[in-house]
Amino acid sequence: MEMQQFYYDNKIVNKFIYATIAFGVVGMSVGLLLATMYLFPNLTDGISWLSYGRLRPLHTNAVIFAFVGNAMFAGYYYSIQRLLKTRMFSDVMSNINFWGWQLIIVAAAISLPLGYTSSKEYAELEWPIDIAIAVIWVVFGVNMIMTILRRRERHLYVAIWFYIATFVTVAVLHIFNSLSLPVSGMKSYSVYAGVQDALVQWWYGHNAVAFFLTTPFLGLMYYFMPKAANRPVYSYRLSIIHFWSLIFLYIWAGPHHLLYTSLPDWAQNLGVVFSIMLIAPSWGGMINGLLTLRGVWDKVRTDVVLKFFVVAITGYGMATFEGPMLSLKNVNAIAHFTDWIVAHVHVGALAWNGFMTFGIIYWLLPRLTKSELYSQKLANFHFWIATLGIILYALPMYVAGFVQAQMWKQFNPDGSLVYGNFLETVNQIMPMYAMRAIGGTIYLVGMLVMVYNAFQTVRKGNAVEDELAEAPALAKIAPYRLKGEKFHGWLERKPIQLTVLATIAILIGGIIQIVPTIVVKSNIPTISSVKPYTPLELEGRDLYIREGCVGCHSQMVRPFRSEVARYGEYSKSGEYVYDHPFLWGSKRTGPDLFRVGGKYNDNWHFNHMWDPQSTSAGSIMPGYKWLFDNKAADYSDIEKKMSVMQTLGVPYTDEEVNKAKASIASQSAQIEANLKNDPDFVKSYEQSEKNAKAKGETFVPMKDREIVALIAYLQRLGTDIKVKETQK
Amino acid sequence: MLKFIKHNMETISGIEIYPILSLLIFFFFFVGLYFWVFTYNKEKIKQLSDLPFSEGTSDEFLNL
Repeated sequence: MEMQQFYYDNKIVNKFIYATIAFGVVGMSVGLLLATMYLFPNLTDGISWLSYGRLRPLHTNAVIFAFVGNAMFAGYYYSIQRLLKTRMFSDVMSNINFWGWQLIIVAAAISLPLGYTSSKEYAELEWPIDIAIAVIWVVFGVNMIMTILRRRERHLYVAIWFYIATFVTVAVLHIFNSLSLPVSGMKSYSVYAGVQDALVQWWYGHNAVAFFLTTPFLGLMYYFMPKAANRPVYSYRLSIIHFWSLIFLYIWAGPHHLLYTSLPDWAQNLGVVFSIMLIAPSWGGMINGLLTLRGVWDKVRTDVVLKFFVVAITGYGMATFEGPMLSLKNVNAIAHFTDWIVAHVHVGALAWNGFMTFGIIYWLLPRLTKSELYSQKLANFHFWIATLGIILYALPMYVAGFVQAQMWKQFNPDGSLVYGNFLETVNQIMPMYAMRAIGGTIYLVGMLVMVYNAFQTVRKGNAVEDELAEAPALAKIAPYRLKGEKFHGWLERKPIQLTVLATIAILIGGIIQIVPTIVVKSNIPTISSVKPYTPLELEGRDLYIREGCVGCHSQMVRPFRSEVARYGEYSKSGEYVYDHPFLWGSKRTGPDLFRVGGKYNDNWHFNHMWDPQSTSAGSIMPGYKWLFDNKAADYSDIEKKMSVMQTLGVPYTDEEVNKAKASIASQSAQIEANLKNDPDFVKSYEQSEKNAKAKGETFVPMKDREIVALIAYLQRLGTDIKVKETQK
Repeated sequence: MLKFIKHNMETISGIEIYPILSLLIFFFFFVGLYFWVFTYNKEKIKQLSDLPFSEGTSDEFLNL
């Protein structure tokens, strides 16, 4: 057979590694800033684009899509070429993948702090960026598939299967979850409402964890673990079972994020069952990874790469044991909305994704520079300090989550809540928040040590940008099964058929859960008293979305005695039918807001949003002073917003749309009149009017400022059912 | 208390078949996988798991 010479493209791998390191530092630093804000809530007081609500999605997006995403691409581009014995199909496409991805990250880093967000977790980016993501993702996928078609190795190694499943599934998830109707250049409304939006979002959210943070890294594990240990994977058979059962089961598990919510029970139960079953493939994979070290466990003592891999895979095992446990309804009733979940995801992110990434980088750098790592000592230091960081991060969060959940649920003998004031439960866990910030700092220090070590390694090494390799050309054989060839043998050399089968495996779960929820009307019983938001409330809701309130406040009262006693009547699916997007939230750093409407007067909200500590001593909520700025709120799009809502099925009449501005004027005037009930407000309001005149500024009446719209929305929340009760 | 979110599926005709169907799907899915992997012969499996170690480059030297 003729030997062919070709070059592996190492340059693209280098680029992705540098981006991984750079964005890792950025993403973790933003995380640390956020952790610090729990201790000093007014750290960035008055600076809208540095407020907690806007930075939280920046942190999650930066870590998931920039740090882990770039690491994934680095590992892909290195291993795909070598497993297929060919250069990437197109250098241009590789570079479009790289630069496009970085541009998307920069767009996210600018747009999220400015408040452009769809509010759907891990899918916050607005529609133009969503389209860019889809395009770049397709470029990546086409490049990969074309490379597979031009390979010099007949059989597709199991790592490649994981890459293919990642490509297909993330594309499907991203497209269906991001479906929305644009209102303007950077504003859109989800096509789904309420319960349906929640189901689609968590089908996406859970599977973003599955197919962006898990399957690609399992593929990388199946390549880099054998390479680092210098022996083949423990059981190739197990890896086949691992692959098919993981992708088949994972896709169903999304509803476990919505237990005890208004999601129909059958969907919740499906989510639970599949989550429990997931433990089998997950642990199968973990065991397969760890047992690859059979016979060379002694090397773990000396080889820093193996150290990182072992802790990473152990972290994967812990997180995937915890996941199914958290899906049990009785455990979920405690853990959901608390810091327990924060601990859970950080074990996954810091240990599994972080340590896999660090191990891969320490393994790749010497090979890409044909030198030794600058300092083994520093790498070892990184390993130990980062491990300590994970422990100091996760343990306090577990304690915090458990303590707070128990406090939420504790009753006095007379049937009243022991900790009726939500703040008591927050103040109790402040020491844990402090420890978490220390743990995060330590982990970041380790990261910075790696930056130095990587920099020095690259500086003294010789970059090999195109690595020479040779392999025989792949002889053409029949596309159909050869005599005696088994089905799987055939399938595993047919990438397209393999992709189709993997797609079918992931679509089954999605279709069975999502289609009935959207199509079968009886799943969402309508409630006649639930009416669409008024124009001012709709604008207020958009402010709620812009400021990222959903990051700390849920809007979902679960049917528990403890929650009904604390917040009011539990939430019904029919109450969310006009919510494009849904805003149920996933974390209660502050109390649930679903029944907050009418609970306090307008002045309370006014003072609270200006300075939360003034109404709630010890609150860790930051002030939102820019909502009070002496400038008119922008309601110019309101007719467009309402007509988009009409298209989505919200029953606004044309007359309501045409008279939107008049409606805003009258409702906001009423709120301003309510505010004037407070003599303190009247005094400071007159004072600020005088100040504006003295400065020569035009004075914008309070009713035209953003805060009034937000108050209108907050006062509406959860009140539709109360109306019904009084009518009876 | 759960009356609002229960019984949503009862109106679907033939709903009783669903659990049976799911069980069968899973049973056969895993039986299929079992056959898939255990009809491979040993040499082929060995060859497949060795794929990461034949890259056609001259530098396996860095493996310590």
